[in-house]
Amino acid sequence: MATGMAPNANPNAGSANPAMPSAQPSDDVVIDCNIKELYYGTFKAVRDTRIPIKKNAITAFIGPSGCGKSTVLRCLNRMNDLVRGFRFSGHVKYRGKDIYHPTIDPVAVRRYIGMVFQQPNPFATSIFNNVAFGLRVNNYKGNKTEKVEQALKRSALWDEVKDKLQNSGLSLSGGQQQRLCIARAIATDPEVLLMDEPCSALDPIATRKIEELMVELKERFTIAIVTHNLQQAQRVADKTGFLYVDTTQGGRTGYLVEFGDSKEMFENPKEKHTREYIRGEFS
Amino acid sequence: MNSRAGETKDVETLQSVPPDPFAGVDFAELELSLYRPRTFMSLLLSWIVSGMTFFALIPLFAVLWMLIWRGGKKLSLALFTQLPPAPLEQGGGFGNAIVGTLIMVGIATLITVPLGVLTAVFLVQWKDSHLAQAVRFSAKVLTGFPSILAGVFAYSVVVLTTGGYSAIAGAIALSILMLPTIILTSENAIDMVPAKMKEASIGIGATSTQTVWMVLLPTAMPGILTGVMLAIARAAGETAPLLFTALFSNYWLVTHGRADVMQPTASLAVLIYNFSGMPFANQVELAWAAALVLVLMVLITNLIGQSFSRRQVQQ
Repeated sequence: MATGMAPNANPNAGSANPAMPSAQPSDDVVIDCNIKELYYGTFKAVRDTRIPIKKNAITAFIGPSGCGKSTVLRCLNRMNDLVRGFRFSGHVKYRGKDIYHPTIDPVAVRRYIGMVFQQPNPFATSIFNNVAFGLRVNNYKGNKTEKVEQALKRSALWDEVKDKLQNSGLSLSGGQQQRLCIARAIATDPEVLLMDEPCSALDPIATRKIEELMVELKERFTIAIVTHNLQQAQRVADKTGFLYVDTTQGGRTGYLVEFGDSKEMFENPKEKHTREYIRGEFS
Repeated sequence: MNSRAGETKDVETLQSVPPDPFAGVDFAELELSLYRPRTFMSLLLSWIVSGMTFFALIPLFAVLWMLIWRGGKKLSLALFTQLPPAPLEQGGGFGNAIVGTLIMVGIATLITVPLGVLTAVFLVQWKDSHLAQAVRFSAKVLTGFPSILAGVFAYSVVVLTTGGYSAIAGAIALSILMLPTIILTSENAIDMVPAKMKEASIGIGATSTQTVWMVLLPTAMPGILTGVMLAIARAAGETAPLLFTALFSNYWLVTHGRADVMQPTASLAVLIYNFSGMPFANQVELAWAAALVLVLMVLITNLIGQSFSRRQVQQ
């Protein structure tokens, strides 16, 4: 932590600032993520990344492998707490409340900010129980059957599974499993859905389905997605943040290069790194 | 002949531009040949491996064959319903020994399963803590523990303090042998639950307790049951720990619908030990039959355990 503390030590970081929101986040920002420095043990993984997640919109994080986009996403519902040696400076505010404040219960945070993972990860139990899991952990007293049906309908899986709710969740295809995981995540009515490369293990048809689903879901939920698929970000995201790896200080530290409306970023990127990445000039 | 030669020539002129893709390939090298040292060694080693496997199976099948040969002819329903005969008496059975074995192994299972599985949960959740490392090390040492020492321990702790041989003392001696197996196999089974399932649970807002009870244990259940079955199978066949603790009895443990677990109790293993050394033909034959029954019980338990582990693989 001795060197590299100055946020503008790298010229790219400084020049990225105009693209970032400078004023206080407006009312429709659900999560205000401001990471100054993020460490795993002694490894500095991310620095200077400020991304506001807007309500009922899809915010995409793009960037090359190892740029820390998943790490940033996992900060937003304290999944990084599970990683030993994780610490960061800055703040992540959910509706104005710092979720890293010592009095905040990380379990409660995750009930408002749910997560869908890269690999479809249904539990080794029935389709119904998979979706009802969230209701059970929340001690939901109402009609579970209704809630499960609603979640499966919202995740566009109901028609395919309504006759086999007692079958194992693992018997479904990869794309169906991922939609099951989405149903499981939205059954408890979280406000925000974090999706960590949700389509990278799926074929193009299943990917398209999930993308259509995301666009439908943003009516009701706020979505933040990590993707390494640029077309995907272009197709579904309202806002896009581009992260890049900075190797100038010895390590491999990711930082936010550019953030803005997706259309603007893909058609007219302001930063040189963004332009090169979008045109595929480096991988 | 002339026309064929002409064809060949035509083809040659056509193919003269691209080089022949098979030039320099010696097709004789593709033929299987024992003169090649590599092929010969491979064949020789295959033979050695098959031969060794065959020899390794001889003792197993010899024992099984002898048991069926000598114990099988005595097998009848009376064995399961009658009490052991007195010397020089004909007939009889070892029903009380079967019940005794079942009850002692049953009590031992009731003691060790909750203890072992919860310890395994601790070992997984606090993987690298000093306590976990110490517990894991002790369990590993205990798996190789001579079973007679478990008997001596239970004798001094239970038999001497309660004032007599009993089914409880036998069960406790067996528990000492079962516990490490259950801890280590359960830890392994819980550890094998994919990390992504744990993440999924945490990611939806489950607490660690909920994750353990609702995700880890149900998912690991087939593996845990396999371990329990293996431990039961091992305990059922143990003689030494029961010699000092449950001793033996010529009477039923359960009388008038009540099981008195504080009295000396018969078990198949000890019955085999006692009867096989007797100078009476009937007793020796009973010992053989009891050995066959015990082996079948252990075999069935093992098969049930295997079926559980197969279920886990299918997931």
